[in-house]
Amino acid sequence: MATSTPTRDAYVPPPRQPQKEPPSERRQLWRSRLWRFDDKASPYAYIAPFFLVFGAFGLYPLLYTGWIALHRVEMTGLDSMEWVGWENFDKILHDPEFWTSVSNTFLIGVISTVPQLLVALGLAHLLNYRLRASTFWRTIILTPYATSVASAALVFALVFRADGGLLNWAIGLVGFDDVNWSNGHWTSKIAISVIVIWRWTGYNALIYLAAMQAVPNDLYEAASLDGASRWQQFRKVTIPSLRPTILFTIVISTIGSMQLFGEPLLLEGGALGATGGNENQYETLSIYLYNYGWNLGHLGPAAAVAWAMLALLLIIAAANWFIGRFVRKSAV
Amino acid sequence: MTMTSPTHTAPVKLAPAPKGSAPRRPSRFRMGAGQQMRGGPFAYVALAVVGFGSLLPLYWTLVAASRTQDEVLASTPPFLPGGKLLENVETAWEQANLGKAILNSVIVSSSITLATLFFCTLAGYAFAKMRFRGRGWLMTAVIATLTIPPQLSVVPLFMMMSGLGWGGQLESVIFPTLVSAFGVFFMRQYLIEALPYELIEAARIDGANNLRIVVSVVLPVARPAMMVLGMLTFVQAWNDFFWPYLALNQQNPTLQVALGQLSASYTPDQSIVMAGALISTLPLLVVFVVFGKKIVGGIMSGAVKG
Repeated sequence: MATSTPTRDAYVPPPRQPQKEPPSERRQLWRSRLWRFDDKASPYAYIAPFFLVFGAFGLYPLLYTGWIALHRVEMTGLDSMEWVGWENFDKILHDPEFWTSVSNTFLIGVISTVPQLLVALGLAHLLNYRLRASTFWRTIILTPYATSVASAALVFALVFRADGGLLNWAIGLVGFDDVNWSNGHWTSKIAISVIVIWRWTGYNALIYLAAMQAVPNDLYEAASLDGASRWQQFRKVTIPSLRPTILFTIVISTIGSMQLFGEPLLLEGGALGATGGNENQYETLSIYLYNYGWNLGHLGPAAAVAWAMLALLLIIAAANWFIGRFVRKSAV
Repeated sequence: MTMTSPTHTAPVKLAPAPKGSAPRRPSRFRMGAGQQMRGGPFAYVALAVVGFGSLLPLYWTLVAASRTQDEVLASTPPFLPGGKLLENVETAWEQANLGKAILNSVIVSSSITLATLFFCTLAGYAFAKMRFRGRGWLMTAVIATLTIPPQLSVVPLFMMMSGLGWGGQLESVIFPTLVSAFGVFFMRQYLIEALPYELIEAARIDGANNLRIVVSVVLPVARPAMMVLGMLTFVQAWNDFFWPYLALNQQNPTLQVALGQLSASYTPDQSIVMAGALISTLPLLVVFVVFGKKIVGGIMSGAVKG
């Protein structure tokens, strides 16, 4: 926009003689208009790409999902959509496998998020001491973050193998029997949670550490003057100061655990991955969606699953909000 | 006491702390209260245990990738790498189309990273330093998009991509990820602190228009944060699994997709799968060893204000 000033000059015959009068009023007006336009439009131009891309590939598909959920669409013929009303929702809501995957997602979410955040909190506390080679420790605990879901899931599949797995060998040394990790209802969920915990604990610890270092020293000084022990300081100063960060990590981890896909898909690999085990014991909602849409080729029910996930997300968000409110109130 | 300025909103601290500043700041990270306490032996032991747990699966990948499957699954597993690494890599390379996969991963990750850096710096600058109607709620909208899982839109996205003729093509993976809400937020946090209004005003008085200010004032100031954001974005794009797995196919995979297919398509040889996993992880581990400090600092700075 702004470059139109010089181009405009090109059309006006260039003044060869030294100018006697200041730039004409018309030109000044034009110039100030241009400035004002530049000022008004620029911020919108800078943020526009984000909203355009998100609108096209995020928001529009999100809404369109609802429309597809009311149609029959097959992977084999993506162009033909046939109106079926609520049939898809009916189908998945009456499918016991759907409810299994809802409860699996929820259970795996809880047993991966809770220990993960507690360990991260403890780890952050350790890292907050004055340590030799502190950057080294921080980098080491963050390395799992550099690993992809696929690599992590495949290594852990080897670790959790029923026969010849590293873990069963280790517990055999202590004298326990082999565990068929991926076949058990709880053991398979624990195995998946371990993958999640391994990948994300260090990341969360660094987030907590950053928040801990932002706690003003005066608070600790005041607390220790009042005779608070270190444990009391941790409980009464550190944790309350971290509350917004903790809430943030809970929200992010909850949303993350709703999306678990690669871990269960690759825990055993092959056909079992796509159904979440022979009894769907570790099938998550994402796997269920993938199975309907990409294995069986029915995109309508897959879209209905997406909307069920949205509903679940809203319920969790509401629960988070209420818990947050409750915690705030009880703290006062 | 007032010397301790709140680090609350302080973004990336990339410059080393000046030598001879306050004695309780021995590292380049700001010290909180806890750090006045020296860590005892317990802290080191605990960190060593956690560190061991962090590294063990990576080491086990290397061991398994350099042995035969029989050795790996033997009743007493091997603890040292063997000599079969090259052989396994070669087999994995043939079975999983790895050459093409690596090239695709490089293309996808670098184009996503470049686009994210460009768009997020612009948007972050606008949100940090420009006044415009609707700034507050637009920023809230950006952050709200963080909470939407990709699962909710993959079905229509898949149909859209096939309609655009991008079915199975890299475009279908690149375009939806050209911008990131986290990136906008990250750059905004950085520029709020790092870019003084005086600098913008000075450029303005010199007659620079907005575009000129971005090029000659904002970009140089934003460079350290852009490096960190670039690394974080690259790691994420490189490791992304769900959508690429749905959108791409065996003929045109990214590394992660190839890896998933290597293990899912038939009864796989574990050593060869591990060789593939090693290939897909190794580049990022190198990045981590070289830039670990900056990545750690970046995660800590990006996340302070939840």
